[in-house]
Amino acid sequence: MIDHDNAYGDLVDEDNHGQWAFGTGFDDPLAGVDTTVPDDVDLGALARYCLSLGDDALISSHRLSEWCTRAPELEEEMALANIGLDLLGQARLLLARAAAADPGVVPFISDSSPVPAEDALAFFRTDAQFRCVRLCELENGDFAETVVRTLVLTTWRLAIFSHLRESRDPVLAAVATKGVKELTYHRDYAARWAVVLGCGTDESRRRMRTALEFLWPYTAELFVPTEDELALADAGVGVDPRTLREEFDNVIGQVLYAAELQVPHGPTVGTVGGRAGRRGLHTGALSLLLAEMQSVARAHPDGLW
Amino acid sequence: MTVTTADLANARALVESVLDPEMPMLTLADLGVVRDVVIDRDDTVVVTITPTYSGCPALVTMRSDIERLLHRHAYRNVRVDTSLSPAWSSDWISESGMRKLRDAGYSTPGRAPATPARGPVPLTLTTRRRAVFCPLCGSPHTEVVSEFGATLCKAHYRCRACLEPFDHVKEI
Repeated sequence: MIDHDNAYGDLVDEDNHGQWAFGTGFDDPLAGVDTTVPDDVDLGALARYCLSLGDDALISSHRLSEWCTRAPELEEEMALANIGLDLLGQARLLLARAAAADPGVVPFISDSSPVPAEDALAFFRTDAQFRCVRLCELENGDFAETVVRTLVLTTWRLAIFSHLRESRDPVLAAVATKGVKELTYHRDYAARWAVVLGCGTDESRRRMRTALEFLWPYTAELFVPTEDELALADAGVGVDPRTLREEFDNVIGQVLYAAELQVPHGPTVGTVGGRAGRRGLHTGALSLLLAEMQSVARAHPDGLW
Repeated sequence: MTVTTADLANARALVESVLDPEMPMLTLADLGVVRDVVIDRDDTVVVTITPTYSGCPALVTMRSDIERLLHRHAYRNVRVDTSLSPAWSSDWISESGMRKLRDAGYSTPGRAPATPARGPVPLTLTTRRRAVFCPLCGSPHTEVVSEFGATLCKAHYRCRACLEPFDHVKEI
């Protein structure tokens, strides 16, 4: 019997296919994962650290998803969406990890809201509460800019994650071990495109040079540690990013040499009283991105997905 | 109710028979994502599965499919846990899984690349070298179209002999 008044009627049969209309009810990506850490680890610092790594992934993922329907070729659109989806998965685990370490970081929505912690963190924080570096949030620009940005961010992230595999936080170590395999594919993808475009036509080389000159000043921020990063590095939980600068420069150097391009010289993008993305000081691009990314969730704070 | 060995074996067989929502020719056992099935003292079946990729959207569907199947077979209390470590590898796909993938027109993964457990991960600027045979005509003359295919776990290939496109399940 077809119920013409209820589009979802047929989904609620004895076989329980309601999950297609009303969600599966599973909302904890860390269900069953042991989230205890050694006693000497500062949980607040761990939560904020996971937020920075999670926000880098979440915001990069959203920017990559914006290429859907407008990438140069269908294959590249799929590749960028795939990379974005991997990063979204990493973000979800990291935001959930942040919430488990310190529930105080999760914004309060309402007593009746069924929104899980990692969604509350993604959709109900304001721009100044995000901890991503500014390089993640800048508008996409052309394909060359996305190649350069992806190359820089994945090279940095892969270096960080390869060290975090030995973190004393077992969750961070597990997320990193898995992430290393994914990021290896992402970095290779961006590196190969850098070579193709750098050694391609005059126009593609011009675009790569322009992208490098525009984005390179934002890379310095990746290597300025926060107090949390330093404390967690001391505790064997996190990594001091300054120790990875040489590894990062080596990889980027190899790629740019093969791409017949040069690392730009010049001033880095300024901070305000030393504050940048990690401490909530962002460009206007993040506010606009969040306005779009968060609009549906904010319109339905009691919604179930 | 006293839990018998038969109950546990039966629960495990049910869990392992659930199909992967994205490659439904494979069971979860074929895919190698079932890490553990136990029945605890409260008669709760506790299933532990591991995601293939961090962002794999199929994981949620697998969890709900496992729960519904066990409920239908009168296991009232079911919990599905996630395990992140050790990370899934394409090497965990079973022999029968590989055969089913080939029968369905997929090119199957070779051995997963050995990632050094510590220290920097080497850069690969050339195309990943793989011996990929066309699953349709068997020709070794194939080329990669994109390292990223229709789902997170596949690369997109083309056969230069029969010109057909096909999916290669990635080594990870």
